[in-house]
Amino acid sequence: MASLTMYPDNERLAGGERAVFNLYLISAVALFVLMMLLGLTMRMTQATWLGLPPDMFYKFLSMHGAGMVGTAVMATTAVMWFFLRKYVRLHLWAFVTNYVLFLLGALCIIYAVFVGGYAGLWTFLYPLPTHSAGLWTPNAAALFMVGYLLIGVGELIFYLDAAAGIIKVYGNLGRALGLPWLFGGKLDPDHPKTVVASTSMIIANSLGILAGAVVLVMSLINIFYPQVALDALFTKTLIYWFGHMYINAAIYMGVIAIYELLPRYTHKPYPLSRVFLWGWAATTLFVIIVFPHHLLMDYAEPHWFLIMGQIVSWTSGLPVVVVTAMGAFTNLYRANMRWTMPSRLLVLSLFGWIAGGFGAVLDSTIQINLVMHNTQWVPGHFHFYLLLGVLAMALAVMYHVIGSHVNQPPNTGLDRVGFPVYLVGGLIFVVSFLDAGHLSVPRRMAEHLPAWTGTDKLASVGAILVVLAMLYFALRISVGLLRRPASGGAAASRGGVGAADAAG
Amino acid sequence: MILQNVVWTVWLIGAALIALGFIFVIVQAGKPADAGAGEKSVHTSHVLQGWLFAVLLVAFFVGSWATLHRFPLPPQHRPLDAAQVVEVVGRQWSWQITPATVQNNSVVEFRVTSDDVNHGFAIYAPDGRIVTQTQAMPGYTNKLLYRFEQPGTYTVQCLEYCGLGHAPMKTTLEVVAAKGE
Repeated sequence: MASLTMYPDNERLAGGERAVFNLYLISAVALFVLMMLLGLTMRMTQATWLGLPPDMFYKFLSMHGAGMVGTAVMATTAVMWFFLRKYVRLHLWAFVTNYVLFLLGALCIIYAVFVGGYAGLWTFLYPLPTHSAGLWTPNAAALFMVGYLLIGVGELIFYLDAAAGIIKVYGNLGRALGLPWLFGGKLDPDHPKTVVASTSMIIANSLGILAGAVVLVMSLINIFYPQVALDALFTKTLIYWFGHMYINAAIYMGVIAIYELLPRYTHKPYPLSRVFLWGWAATTLFVIIVFPHHLLMDYAEPHWFLIMGQIVSWTSGLPVVVVTAMGAFTNLYRANMRWTMPSRLLVLSLFGWIAGGFGAVLDSTIQINLVMHNTQWVPGHFHFYLLLGVLAMALAVMYHVIGSHVNQPPNTGLDRVGFPVYLVGGLIFVVSFLDAGHLSVPRRMAEHLPAWTGTDKLASVGAILVVLAMLYFALRISVGLLRRPASGGAAASRGGVGAADAAG
Repeated sequence: MILQNVVWTVWLIGAALIALGFIFVIVQAGKPADAGAGEKSVHTSHVLQGWLFAVLLVAFFVGSWATLHRFPLPPQHRPLDAAQVVEVVGRQWSWQITPATVQNNSVVEFRVTSDDVNHGFAIYAPDGRIVTQTQAMPGYTNKLLYRFEQPGTYTVQCLEYCGLGHAPMKTTLEVVAAKGE
């Protein structure tokens, strides 16, 4: 069971671990701000408030998509590492290698987009990378893909190290997931939820990364040997299998923050249950097989495959709502909660995940997808659970860590202003996207019809508020992380309740 | 009723219910319960969890049956015998649609493919709403069936990003009243 101590000693970072963790988090918040600025520029262009030329718009779009997904996974990998290292031995070299490969991959992608002119989006759908009509060279497309490969290899090294650590302690991945307790047996109440969630994502996202590696290598071969033709439907299927699991991993690694931190702020135990283990066993399977909902308009796919996409998408909402949301609600209800930045962000993240997920479930219905596919409904729902869900989870951990440096949960006046600005701006931004989808406004378009600019303008206003709040969060977190941790923290952290009360 | 309006309404109601649930819990989160009340609330929560699971499971089965018992996509590997057939080819960055005029109130079979990269074949009604769509993919022909219910000038718009000319990749499709209408 997760500790109720606010800042336990075995979470404290020192020396190299602290330096690398800070590098992850500071890089993440800096990249989030930069990628948000790209997004804001695109929305303001669609609103006709800025005049980004179409070629630059699609470069920005390619960078924004790849950059946001990559950064979300990097940030939530740091979340998983921060908590998992309490239960199993993780090697710092693996964590460092992942960071270095991420940076190298990011540099490749940035160079491919802004120097090579690559604008084939994060999806690199075959054969677009070699059909640029002169906008970019095949070498730029290849460099973009090499960047992906480097990032994927880094993440895989981190997962393999984590899997080795888990197997050493728990014997095998099935036991770490808690599978032996699904049908009976005495549940170990100290079996960490972090280990369950981490194991689930190690299994799912390793498969996703391998699928990505296969399709990336195939696409690279095609770039340099065009006579080796690929099957457009097969490559698309592999791309979405990889892409979906990769971004799902960001959500499910991020949710570890709720399991670990929520009970500390509510001062209530958040015990392991058989329902929880069933939920995660199901989630592991669902994350692996849910991706056909991206292919519902590819009628050439076998129809059983598309039906599976709809059915699994609907059922994958069950563990989220019944297990995690209800578990968190039970933990929150009649708790001794003092609202500070980490606790606010944790609850917001749960809301963003569920409300955004509901939009995703609707869109995964084939009949609905017929009129919503590739409209702004799609970025509407995924920005909902990424911006107000995953990013909020990562920010909660960052705020918690900077609180640990002063043995007090952060809650300054500026924090209390920044949070509602982020919340209101985020809601305006994502609901404008959803409304645009309802009005059939297409996604991924540099030029919008005059009839579509109303929601673009509203979304731009929301995005400005989000960027302002995120700029503040990024500075606050970076300064907080670089501050030397207070001495004598162990004694203060044992009185976690007192520390939270003092902040309240 | 326009399907997009139904989806929008369902989402708004669902999001409002979710928000209300959060507001209720947030309001209660600062009112600590004593040990007895705490145990009772945990028990109540488990009962609610069971009911929630049951309700969602029923919604899942009812919803799946309602949306899938008549599969919304036509079979792809046998003749569809539609009264009208339209061949559609997408290429960077134009549409070739033959014929570009169809009749109202009779089923049209669109055979959609691409000469180069992936495109999205979406049909917009005169009121600006999408009525149906499929992907246009090189090496494959997707067969789409649709019955137009209102004459007018429809717009075919590419909905899958296909390069610099993606946004302007559009054309029109005329839907005329059937003889005798």
